[in-house]
Amino acid sequence: MRAVLYVLSFLAVIALGFWAYRENYATQAALKEVEALQRQIVGLREALSVHRAEWAYLNRPDRLRDLATANFDRLGLLPMEPGQFGNAAQVAYPRQGLPEIDFPVDIQADQPVEEGL
Amino acid sequence: MRTPLRPLARILQAREDGLNPDQIEKENLRLRHEAMRDKARGRAEVRLLILCIAFVGAFGAIGARMGLMAATQPVEPRASAPGAEIIAQRADITDRNGRILATNMTTHALYAHPKVMVDPKSVATKLAAIFPDLDAKALERRFTDGRSFVWIRRVLSPEQMQLVHEIGDPGLLFGPREMRLYPNGTLAAHVLGGSSFGAEGVHSAEVIGTAGIEKALDARLRDPAQAGTPLTLSIDLSLQATVEEVLGAGMTMLNAKGAAAILMDVRTGEILALASLPTFDPNDRPNPLVDPKAEPGDSPLFNRAVQGVYELGSTFKIFATAQAMELGLVTPETMVDANAPMTWGKHKIKEFENKNYGPLLSVTDVIAKSSNVGTAHIALMIGPLRQQAFLKALGFFEPTPVELVEAPGARPLIPKRWPEIVTITTSYGHGMSASPMHLAAAYAAIANGGVMIKPTLLKREGPTTGVRVMSEKTAMDSVAMLRRVVTEGTASLGEVPGYEVAGKTGTADKPRKSGGYYDDKVINTFASVFPASNPQYVLIVTLDEPMDTTLSEPRRTAGWTAVPVASEIIRRVAPLMGLRPKLEPPATDAVTAASN
Repeated sequence: MRAVLYVLSFLAVIALGFWAYRENYATQAALKEVEALQRQIVGLREALSVHRAEWAYLNRPDRLRDLATANFDRLGLLPMEPGQFGNAAQVAYPRQGLPEIDFPVDIQADQPVEEGL
Repeated sequence: MRTPLRPLARILQAREDGLNPDQIEKENLRLRHEAMRDKARGRAEVRLLILCIAFVGAFGAIGARMGLMAATQPVEPRASAPGAEIIAQRADITDRNGRILATNMTTHALYAHPKVMVDPKSVATKLAAIFPDLDAKALERRFTDGRSFVWIRRVLSPEQMQLVHEIGDPGLLFGPREMRLYPNGTLAAHVLGGSSFGAEGVHSAEVIGTAGIEKALDARLRDPAQAGTPLTLSIDLSLQATVEEVLGAGMTMLNAKGAAAILMDVRTGEILALASLPTFDPNDRPNPLVDPKAEPGDSPLFNRAVQGVYELGSTFKIFATAQAMELGLVTPETMVDANAPMTWGKHKIKEFENKNYGPLLSVTDVIAKSSNVGTAHIALMIGPLRQQAFLKALGFFEPTPVELVEAPGARPLIPKRWPEIVTITTSYGHGMSASPMHLAAAYAAIANGGVMIKPTLLKREGPTTGVRVMSEKTAMDSVAMLRRVVTEGTASLGEVPGYEVAGKTGTADKPRKSGGYYDDKVINTFASVFPASNPQYVLIVTLDEPMDTTLSEPRRTAGWTAVPVASEIIRRVAPLMGLRPKLEPPATDAVTAASN
């Protein structure tokens, strides 16, 4: 009985030593990975701040104004003016949907027939 | 085994010998007590020893740990997650909507170790080819005169850095730098100010603010605990750009030397746009003027809106009438003496172009027609002491508290003595000088119902509290009078359909350095409030030496210069702020109630 106990505790010591050895290396690997990730994060943060700065630089009002002027033919953008405010009364009522077609339609009709507009 | 105190054998023996058996008992008792004492002492000694070892162990452990900590190199905790705090050494500055006004960029500085340089002559020539502002000869001299360290450039662009790399000399070295960048160029330059490097080392350099808000809030921007949170200004980038564009166009058209504009929210005191022209690029801040004869206003660094302490002219008249109404001396309909010219001692108070609006004029018309004489009579009713107290309450005696490093230096110029003639001239804005920022704060107090608020460049959440300087009724009546100036007075060009502009013009002659005033140099100001029915914004426009030359005779009054510029600014910025124009309702399509 006592011999079994000795053998078991000896085996337990070996197992624990092996576990501690593995944990040690796993921890060091994790720390290395964290360091690599932190370096990567720092790099990405730097890149992000450069991108932010570039975004701000490309969107500076002077440049946008010049671009709007240069592309006036296509975009037709003008500075905002008081006249561009609309009134609720100026908004048209939405078109009602067309009724379901449940009758034969003469596709050779001369005039398009729209009902319910 | 316990020894009996009276062992029978010895007692009997003693009795036989005729001795006292009690002696034996006493002796035994003594021996027993001695044994007990020795045992107790032994135990106590052991305890003391254990305690002693424990203390020595504990102190030894602490001492060893301290020694270890002192002797080893500090190591950053490797396992903890990186905080967002230490990204940049200086916080970003954004506008009120989070658009970036100032940020940091990583770049490199270039320095040289001439002692390890292989070929100083060729390095100097190649460097001069990359950087045209460097002189090859001077550079070579510095490389060869025996020094072991030379700074060459503070910041490099990536292309320049690559070119320097390609020289390939081991004596040329790069140090990392964080550089302040203002992506919008000249926009809001006077608000931001600028920055430069403070203490410089090879591995890093501190970035310090040199002017504007960068310097005024330098401690906040450099605080490592707040480096991750950008400083949010009250400035709106779109409004700022629009104001600067329109003001610049107006300044060119009217041949003005300079111009300034302030757009402010009257309830919170937030400054939405602050422009001063001519302007500069904070990325490449020009040097201050060194010519002792030059006026500070000649430098583009001069912030006319905050530092420009001018006589603001007739824009002051509304303060006299507001105070008189507040004191109950007049109502808007009261008729006052406006018979020009008015004689006071040896002084003669005249109207513009020697007109005469009198003999009597209602208080409203005094403002609408901008009558100097009428205002002078109202000011005399108020008296010097009360006038001073009121102007003090409106902040005209102190520098403005706005968060710019230039602000505390811009102290208003107040007459030392305050006789009645000063009361008269001050009432129409002469003899006393203040900055457009002072005027904006005082007009905001009129516009928001009589509460003096603190102008600020930082975004505020919700309205702020302030000191009440006039009743709501007085403030409302004053705004109505200012509205009359635009509808039928001197600022008729200021009308913007739908936005009910109210305001007051001011034309002041520029003072000569030698004393007296110039005949043909003026400062024109238009202080406006809009919309008049529910004032929300104050706009101050100041033009320095403008001249309208569209007609044969040049015109220099504010009504022809500052007012049209201000009205164009309002027309452009009001829609951007989401302010709906109040127009006549469309009558044609509207549904009308009708009955048979």
